[in-house]
Amino acid sequence: MDELKEVIKNYIINEYLEPDSEPITYDTPLISGGIVDSFSMVSLKRFLENKYNIQIPDEKATPEAFDSVNKIAELVREFTKA
Amino acid sequence: MSNFGSYEERVKNFSWAISEQELGYQPGQVINIGWYCSDRICQLGKADKVALIWEGFTGERKVFTYNDLRLYSNTIARFLTDLGIKAGERVCLFMDRIPELYIGFLGILKTGAIVQPLFSAFGEESLFVRLENAQTSAIFTQKKHVAKVRKIRDKLPHLKHIIIVDYDGKTPLQDREVAFSMEGSEKVENYEVYPTYAETPSVLHYTSGTTGMPKGVQHVHYSLISQYITAKWVLDLRDDDIYWCTADPGWVTGTSYGIIGPFSLGVTQCVLDSGFSAEAWYRFIEKNRVTVWYTAPTAIRSLMKAGDEIIKNFDLSSLRHLASVGEPLNPEAVNWSIRVFGKPFHDTYWQTETGCIVITNFPGMPVKPGSMGRPFPGITATVLNPNNHEPYPEPGRIGLIGLKPGWPSMMRTYWNNEEAYKNKFRNGWYLTGDRARIDKEGYFWFVGRDDDVINTGGHLVSPFEVESALLEHPAVAESAVVSKPDPINMEVVKAFVTLKPGFTPSKDLELDIMNFIRKKLSPLAMPQEIEFIDVLPKTRSGKIMRRILHAKEWGEEIGDTSTLENE
Repeated sequence: MDELKEVIKNYIINEYLEPDSEPITYDTPLISGGIVDSFSMVSLKRFLENKYNIQIPDEKATPEAFDSVNKIAELVREFTKA
Repeated sequence: MSNFGSYEERVKNFSWAISEQELGYQPGQVINIGWYCSDRICQLGKADKVALIWEGFTGERKVFTYNDLRLYSNTIARFLTDLGIKAGERVCLFMDRIPELYIGFLGILKTGAIVQPLFSAFGEESLFVRLENAQTSAIFTQKKHVAKVRKIRDKLPHLKHIIIVDYDGKTPLQDREVAFSMEGSEKVENYEVYPTYAETPSVLHYTSGTTGMPKGVQHVHYSLISQYITAKWVLDLRDDDIYWCTADPGWVTGTSYGIIGPFSLGVTQCVLDSGFSAEAWYRFIEKNRVTVWYTAPTAIRSLMKAGDEIIKNFDLSSLRHLASVGEPLNPEAVNWSIRVFGKPFHDTYWQTETGCIVITNFPGMPVKPGSMGRPFPGITATVLNPNNHEPYPEPGRIGLIGLKPGWPSMMRTYWNNEEAYKNKFRNGWYLTGDRARIDKEGYFWFVGRDDDVINTGGHLVSPFEVESALLEHPAVAESAVVSKPDPINMEVVKAFVTLKPGFTPSKDLELDIMNFIRKKLSPLAMPQEIEFIDVLPKTRSGKIMRRILHAKEWGEEIGDTSTLENE
């Protein structure tokens, strides 16, 4: 199990999904699937920045980069390595 | 040659009777938007013409002809009638952009009930205040949104039916819930459409103001006359067009020009039920050969941000006419579209209250980048002196945009709030709440709002509503909400808060408050930034001075502070 992906997935389940929603996977489309909209993406970005003590520049915070748990984890890893 | 032709000729010869005649409507006759958008098109020999091409985010695709629109809207109407829904009752649509939303809109109108579309991203509090205010009888929703309705239903005694359109039987239905499958039900060939007339209420859209709770803007079936002719002349819709309006029918653009305008013209339109991504949007245009595209400045700026390179991967040559709505369209966006699409976006200006486009850049006329354009024929628009509400006699003066009431889709009242409605008029003019100037050629140029309402991504957010919700967070003692500039959404919500004893500012507390508002009201209303301060600027009488905080955010002069309490 990938701990980073689990943290992101659980946060999305707890914060953005209603009870009884369909389960999500690491590949579930989040932005294009309407689970997280572009306004809510700001709070998800803020969560990642607070949790991992990183700064994600706005130009990197695109709908494409936030469209699945896998892609978000990739983005976070890029900045935690830096 | 555009449908519109010459501005001067159209203004000179204009009468709303042109639209009435094209629709085959005579004053005093029955007029029902649901019928005009489905049955009438079939009667014109277009029953097999594609009305709606729908695509979900997974790529699932459905196609509906005008005959399908007729049959399914009949089916929905019959279902509601069998439930006991009567003319004049409010029926809410609380769904994503699925086919049931578009066809349900027509079905509800066929029963004579009033349709109340609400944005599916609304949180429970936003949903509650709108359903309570309208005393809504029934709500159409989906499994994914029903949890929000369940949280508030006990406080809504008028809500008799919660209709779930995609019920799968995995969990039991609860109090007042009923399952309904549009495509799974027996199609209703004949439904006796309720005989609504010109002034019969049709649509109730909620909008935010500076003070007080959201107001229900009430429209009537006669609005069709404006929506039909503006869709034809401003959006230049023609019989062979493939039209894409990106707006959600939870907002007025999504109903006036995402349902009523195109369907009353018998045009084929397509809908993408998906979140934003530049690639997905360009692919959608290419795949469906979209010819007319009506979108919003926020989306255009997001496409600009995605860059020009990506455009080269798609064949967008089908695009014929581009238009924009929701907030002022900056000149850079117009110039960008000329460069990458070979044609400009045409800015259109209107409001929930106007029901139709009232000031616009017309197809076939030169676009002045950054300008709102000129008044639609039949609309008298001016810029008023804010002191006496008289039109400025000379061009170039900044004042309030005023409209002479009387066009067909003008709101008829605010639901149960006649006082607020009357307060929108001065000296015989409807006050839009926006400021502008007019140039020597009669083009309007937007300057800004005349109040504290925040226009974020084309959606109005009431600072009062956000401030009230903030006070319900356990850590917040006081709050003030203003807009701050944003490169994509024009402006976004920013909150200033003071904390109760025992709480200290932190990044985690900021995020907690943001999420609290997002869930309670909506993602649009969520402050994108929260600033913790010790004391809010107030007058000596204790009123929070939002304008000082606003000026700080926008780098403007703070102005007179003589009434400031702590000065």
